[in-house]
This record gives sequence, structure tokens and C-alpha cells, in this order.
Amino acid sequence: MGLIEWATSPWGREVPIHIAFGLLWVSAIGGLLFLVVHAIYVGYWAKSAEAHAGEAVGASSGIAARVPERVARHSFGARLFHAVMALAMFALLFTAFLPKVGVRFAWVTYHWIAGVVLTISVIYHLFHATFWLDFWSIWPDRVDIEDAARRFRRAVGQAAPAPRKFAKYPLENKLYHLAILCAGLAVIGTGVLMMSRVRTPFLARDPYLFGFSDTTWGWMYVLHGLTGIALVALIIAHVYFALRPEKLFITNSMIFGSISREKYLEHHDPERWPVGERAPEAGAAGSKSREVPA
Amino acid sequence: MAVIRDVMPAFELFQPATIDDTMRLLGQYREDAWVMAGGLDTFDWLKDRIKRPKVVVDLSQVKELSGIREAGGGLEIGATTTLTEVVRHPIVREKYSILSTGAEAAASPQIRNQGTIGGNVSQDTRCWYYRAGWPCYRAGGNTCFADTPTAINREHAILGADRCVAVNPSDSAPALIALDAKFVVRTPKGERVVDAEDYFIGPGTDITRMNILRPGDLLTAIRLPADWAGTKFYFEKVRDRNVWDFPLMNVASAMVITDGKIERIRLALNAAAARPLRLAAVEDAVRGKEPNAATGEMAGRLAVQGARALRFNAYKIPLMRNLVKRAIGGVEKAAWA
Repeated sequence: MGLIEWATSPWGREVPIHIAFGLLWVSAIGGLLFLVVHAIYVGYWAKSAEAHAGEAVGASSGIAARVPERVARHSFGARLFHAVMALAMFALLFTAFLPKVGVRFAWVTYHWIAGVVLTISVIYHLFHATFWLDFWSIWPDRVDIEDAARRFRRAVGQAAPAPRKFAKYPLENKLYHLAILCAGLAVIGTGVLMMSRVRTPFLARDPYLFGFSDTTWGWMYVLHGLTGIALVALIIAHVYFALRPEKLFITNSMIFGSISREKYLEHHDPERWPVGERAPEAGAAGSKSREVPA
Repeated sequence: MAVIRDVMPAFELFQPATIDDTMRLLGQYREDAWVMAGGLDTFDWLKDRIKRPKVVVDLSQVKELSGIREAGGGLEIGATTTLTEVVRHPIVREKYSILSTGAEAAASPQIRNQGTIGGNVSQDTRCWYYRAGWPCYRAGGNTCFADTPTAINREHAILGADRCVAVNPSDSAPALIALDAKFVVRTPKGERVVDAEDYFIGPGTDITRMNILRPGDLLTAIRLPADWAGTKFYFEKVRDRNVWDFPLMNVASAMVITDGKIERIRLALNAAAARPLRLAAVEDAVRGKEPNAATGEMAGRLAVQGARALRFNAYKIPLMRNLVKRAIGGVEKAAWA
């Protein structure tokens, strides 16, 4: 099985047309394998690594006293975006790939509508996160990289200082966001251009609208397909992590908006994610947290 | 792209003698097998070297697939029965004349002598972009060359387009839908009987196929129930050349008229979309009304709702409206069959 399917254009040139859809199975099986391997890793290897982890720096009693019972983690707007994006993403994946596995239905209209919803929600998120949330909190920083190196060295039995607790988001959370950002923007960018090739109320179908060659279009379809199947694996991993017992408090916070004081102190570094009286005023640009009723 | 005509690529030819042997071959070769009935659509593809099957399964020796039999009060027509046999069969002419009229409208006498009823309903579209071997959606590619601001698309779809705007060219298909025919399909899992309108699929459902047949499947027969035998029929085909051409559009209706009003009706039309359309909404609208020009006018307007013209086929919208009108109200010069 090749990665890409090719065809001869009307002008006699070999052009890519789309990915080999067998790759869907590679992605799905890869995603499932990852979760099996990760579950085994967490169940066995990670436990022994924890024995070498030592004590992370804890919060002082003074800081701990200022932490509210419930610590806001996601604003209503952020949660709404996540829910809309998730629904759109599932709709996109199901409408794209169910026909490939033999479930026949007229999928294109549902697909582009879900794509439009996803695009609008992502544009909203870009503005919301840039101007109303703590923009940098989701990006890996120097401390994350250092701590990742420390964890790795300790996991393979080398001496290393104890890693610190996380800021608002764990490193894997940040890396996942980065991956979904790259895949999402690629699939949205190509998808928006591809909409000129289907009938929508927005514009008359015109495959020559942008003046792209058959080869350019072909690579665009390939990129759209590759990111699409990458998203299958990413979503499998995301759902898996969301359902893991030790991550459920994060999942709940995406539904209810906050985490408990105990979970905050257990997993997060108040120096890196200040809350309570030390946090900037709620709602202001760059604010990190606010107290919410228990 | 160089088109090499009349020199077919090599393939392995099988000529099974029974349906069971045919099914075994189709099951063995699956996607690599090409089912050939009369060969009229097949040889175009093979000679143009657009389709290159490894195996061709020729059905001409399977006697079970041929012939017209009385069954269940109606008729069962074997899939490889020629169009000429269908046209000339006395019971078809007497009770299902809409089918003989439709089958007789297909192609030329020579082609009808060779072409089969199964092949006529299962033939591929005539979109020349597709048949020229261009990598369009229907060929597995990523565009439609016929639905662009510069495309030549006079014969293409006004309804049901979903990326692909090709149309189904069958003349017998609308007649069979109007007769509420059942298509008997053998699959690796057993026999399946589907309504005529459900045999055909549009590009939204599967852009690379025009009917429900998957690799390994075989259309074995078409059953005509007694329900619509001898009712009031209408068939009309519009084409560029009346001696021999594919339809620009065709229409077929079967009606039961009681006390001057339409009691029951089935109405189908082809070459407006990638699949023959049964106009169920129109049937509902005219039921209980007199089959006159006013009802036909209303039906015609209703039928074209949602139609969308391409660059060169806007004429198809009034054509469809008028054909539906004539199928219900009749015209002086278009005799009832």
C-alpha cells in the first residue's frame, strides 16, 4: 500500500490526488496501540520511575491557605469552545471516514457544515485565547523542557533533581495542544480552500478560483487527508487521557470549569499558576484564575 | 492523454455457465473482476484503455440469466435478456408496454439485439470527462471537470449533484421504476431483492458507482409485479438524434385512474441526475386530481423545485417541467401507450 494515490491529469502529468485511505487503519491502530502501551507504561514502568522521582517542591502553608476551595481552570467561553470544537471534530471525522469503511451516506454537506462550525469556533478561540486568556499558559516553556529532561533521566535510572509541579497545564497537555493546533490549522486551511470545489451557499463551485495547478490541489488533498487521519489518532489519545482515572479531574474541569483545592495543590505549582488573592483580577487580560463558589 | 482505441489491454476471460460458477469467480477476483453482459458499455471502456480489469467475466453463457418467465402473477426478466427480446415479448407489450417503449427507445436495433436489460440499467454514465479517463471524482480523483465555469455540460445533471454532475443514461430504468419493478441481486451473502429506485445510487452515497452492486455482486433478474400491469402508461424520451442517442431526459409514468381522477401513480424520470429519480412528491401532489393539463402544470412546477442549472444545461429545467406535465396530463401528439 502506498501513502499517496496518483493519477494522470488531463495534461498527461502524474499528480497526487489524495492519500491512500488504508492509512486510516494505520492511524486508528496506531492510536489504539499507543493507549495500550501507555496504559502498560503507567501501570508498571511509571510506578517504578515514581519511586525515583523524589519529592517535588510543595506549596508553603501560607500560599496553600490562600487557595480557594474551587480553583477556576476554564472559563465558560473556553468550555463552550471546547464542546463546539469537539462536536464539530467528531462530525468531521465520522462524515469523512465512515464512508471509507463502508457506511454509505451523503456525507459532503454534513462535512462542510461541520468544517465551517470548526473554523468559526477556532477563529473565536484564537481571539479569545489571545486577548482574554493567559495566552502563554498553553505553550511549553523552559521549565517544562527542563523538567521533562529531569523526568526522563530519572525514569532511565540516572540522577537528576526532582521535577517541579506543573503550571496551569501539564507538559503533555501543552504538547497535545500544539499537535492539535498544527493538525487543526492544516486541516482547516486546506478544507476552506477545498470548499471551492463543492457546492455551498457561500460561493459558486469553481475549482479554478484560486488558480492552483492540479499538482497543488493534489498536495492539498493529501495534506487534508494526512491531517485528517492524524486527527483520528490524536482524538483516540485525547479520549483515552480524558477517561484515565488520574486525569478525570482535568476532564471534569473542562465540563464544570474548576478543580478542587486539593487537586490544585497536588498537581500544580502555585508559583507557576498563582490563584486566589495573588492572581490578577478575574477577566482581565493575562488573568490566570479566580475564586469561584465551592 | 493518448487514447488508444480498438486495442484492448490483456485480461483473463471467464465464461461461466451457471450463476453459482459466476458467483464463485466474482468472489475470487472481487475488485479485479469486470462483469460483462452485452459488452456494449464494456468494450468502450476496454478499447479506450480507461478500465483495465485483470479478469472479465462474460455472462453470455449463463442461460439462467436469460429469458422472460411468468412469475407470481407478473414477469421475471433475466438480467441478460436482450432489449430486443424485452421489446418483442408479447406479455411485456400487452401488460407492461411502458417497458417495451422504454427499451425500444434505447440506442439502435443492432445495439438492442446485443444489449441486455441488466446492462442497460447498470451501465455507466456518459460524462465525457469521465469516459475520457480524466481523474474526476467518479474515477477516484478530486475534482469534477464538468461542473466548472468553463465546462461543456449540456447533458449533465440539474438535480442531485454532489461534486459529480454526471447523469444516468438508462432508458429502461424510469420505466422499471414506474412499474415498481424489483431487482434481484446475488451477493456473497445470498440473494437480495430491492426496489427499482433503490438499485441506483447518487454520488453523495458513493461517487464511484451508479448502483448498489459491489464487487462480488451480480444482478440476476428484474421482476415486474402484477400491480401495475395494464395501467395507463406514458413514456417519452427526448434526445438530440431520434434515430440513436442517449437521452437528454426521459420520463415514465404509470397511473390508475378511477372516476376520472388519479387513484394511484408512479412517476420516474432519468438523465436529470446521477440516478433515475422517482418523483414521489409529485405523485403525492397529483393523487386524487384529474390527469389534465392543469394538474400536469402543477406537477411540472413541483418536479423542478431545487433544480440547479450548470453553464449549458438550463434548458433541462423547462424540459423536465414539460415532460412531467405531459406524463400526467398527456399531450395530443404524444399518444398514450
